[in-house]
Amino acid sequence: MATTQTTTVGPVRATLLPERRASAGLWSNAWYRLKRDRLTIASTAVLVLLILLSLAAPLLSQYVFQMSFERQDLLRAYAAPTLDPPGYLFGSDEVGRSQAVRLFYGGQVSLFVGFFAAFIQLTIGVLLGLIAGYQRGLIDDVITWFITTLNSVPAIFLLIIFSALFTPGPLTLTIVIGALFWTGITNFVRGQTFALREREFVTAARTVGATGWRIMFRHILPNVLPLIFVLSAIDIGSIILAESALSYLGLGIMPPTPSWGNMLTNASSYFNRAPWLVVSPGAMIFLTVLCLYLIGDGLRDALDPRLKTEK
Amino acid sequence: MRTYIIRRLIYAIPTLLGISVIVFLLTRLSPGDPVRLYTFGALNVTEEDIQALREHYGLNKPLYEQYGSWLLQVLQGDFGKSLQYNRPALPLLLERLPATLQLAFAALVLQLAVGVPLGVIAALKRGTWIDNVIRVFGVVGHAVPTFWLGLLMIILFAVILRLMPSQGVLTVGHDVWDIPDRIKHIVMPAFVLALAGIANYSRYLRTETLDVINQDYVRTAHAKGLPERTVVYVHALRNALIPMVTALGGLLAALVSGALVVEQIFTWPGVGQFTYAAARSKDYPVIMAGVMVASTLLVLSYLLRDIMYAVVDPRIKVK
Repeated sequence: MATTQTTTVGPVRATLLPERRASAGLWSNAWYRLKRDRLTIASTAVLVLLILLSLAAPLLSQYVFQMSFERQDLLRAYAAPTLDPPGYLFGSDEVGRSQAVRLFYGGQVSLFVGFFAAFIQLTIGVLLGLIAGYQRGLIDDVITWFITTLNSVPAIFLLIIFSALFTPGPLTLTIVIGALFWTGITNFVRGQTFALREREFVTAARTVGATGWRIMFRHILPNVLPLIFVLSAIDIGSIILAESALSYLGLGIMPPTPSWGNMLTNASSYFNRAPWLVVSPGAMIFLTVLCLYLIGDGLRDALDPRLKTEK
Repeated sequence: MRTYIIRRLIYAIPTLLGISVIVFLLTRLSPGDPVRLYTFGALNVTEEDIQALREHYGLNKPLYEQYGSWLLQVLQGDFGKSLQYNRPALPLLLERLPATLQLAFAALVLQLAVGVPLGVIAALKRGTWIDNVIRVFGVVGHAVPTFWLGLLMIILFAVILRLMPSQGVLTVGHDVWDIPDRIKHIVMPAFVLALAGIANYSRYLRTETLDVINQDYVRTAHAKGLPERTVVYVHALRNALIPMVTALGGLLAALVSGALVVEQIFTWPGVGQFTYAAARSKDYPVIMAGVMVASTLLVLSYLLRDIMYAVVDPRIKVK
């Protein structure tokens, strides 16, 4: 990629003049700034590590921990964290299952729900936002009304009722979460589109006969895209939080499928015997969400320095 | 101003109608049959009894008819009887409303009392370690799962240190007006509920204060020789607080939503906990009343936000 090859400016000058080349595009400039943001790079590394560990859960449980996630050992329940056997790295739970293996499998579920639901809401949000902002009129009114309505119901109430009444599986739950949380993105894209459609380049595109769809996706979308990335990083975090709360209440991901939330459901009652059961799943959620929020902040600072929080 | 409020109240009607449709469809399309659920295992229940019960609760009519008659009753404040308690659903919920409002109000006060000073201090001390600590807190406070924090706090303060009660509003047997006891009970849930908001306010106010500090009129105030305190509190803070009102709406929503989880952890007898229990036992009238009460709270708080916004910032023209 051309962007990485051209960064041959000396370090001293570079720190003084972050926007060093007039010809550098948005993404190349953003990448340039991002590379210098150690906190964001570190958070990304931790997040990637967590994702890789979760993806590798089957391999890890087979070769490293030598224990499947449903294998029970009642005689060794509530074992304290130990390296013997390696499966009890984070201790064992009330039926002697390996907490470590369950954490990584739980990570698969929690991360999948977070990323996939965010993808769904992003698709809905961007599409409806572009249409409402560009077409305006009746369509806009209907979409706005729908957003106002959905925003006026506390989302967690809807989720809890839905889960209690329909007992959905992980995939259905993900889709429902995605279908409930898109209003923020839609509002944002709609607002941006509103402003952008009055700009000269849109008029120019219309003059040469571009269709509405082409203008929306080829001309307006690329201008909105940077901040959508920022929003989506933060959204994935919020979704993981919502899913874990729901699973904790016994309504999200159902046991025996482990998720970071449902691993905490009973953990508090075993606290006297096994405090690590309360600590580790929550710490995983916390770490993941923290990384995502930090990445969101870092991306925002890199893509739009005007919004930078430190001045 | 009055026309503005009336107009906003009228706008709230289609929103509430939309909510009622969503909730009604959700409860009626769910697979479980409440009549069978509540007669399950009971002896001497014949198929005819079940049909009679369904007829009694109007569950055998077409959907739109059920919705129509339900809505007519709701407009008169009648959500039907709870299947579980055999008492009208709305009064059951309204009995729990004060507890939720207390909790939400305590959390809101905490958010403002802690979040605003944190943000201002961070902005005034920008670049120092104080600023860094507050900024880290601004992200961390947002990323902590509330229910986990609640569990850890119960374990630490109630189980290990035995300093705080872990559940309820009041020690059993204590006088209803035992205020110190009530405060002791509300501190932990209110803090857990408020944390995300505290973090949010501190971030928000830091940015706003920094913006305002760099404005010309603040420099003028400094140049006039006004003491630092006057500049900050009279000139800067007042203007930095204006956009805060917008953030208030989202935070109120988070309070109402978050209250459900927090009430569950601390066994706080509020609307959220009651609705959760009703959802688990498929008590339709209570579920619908619960969501409508929570949503009405939310719509009202949005309304309050918009009115406050118009009051605080005279530059905003009332449309």
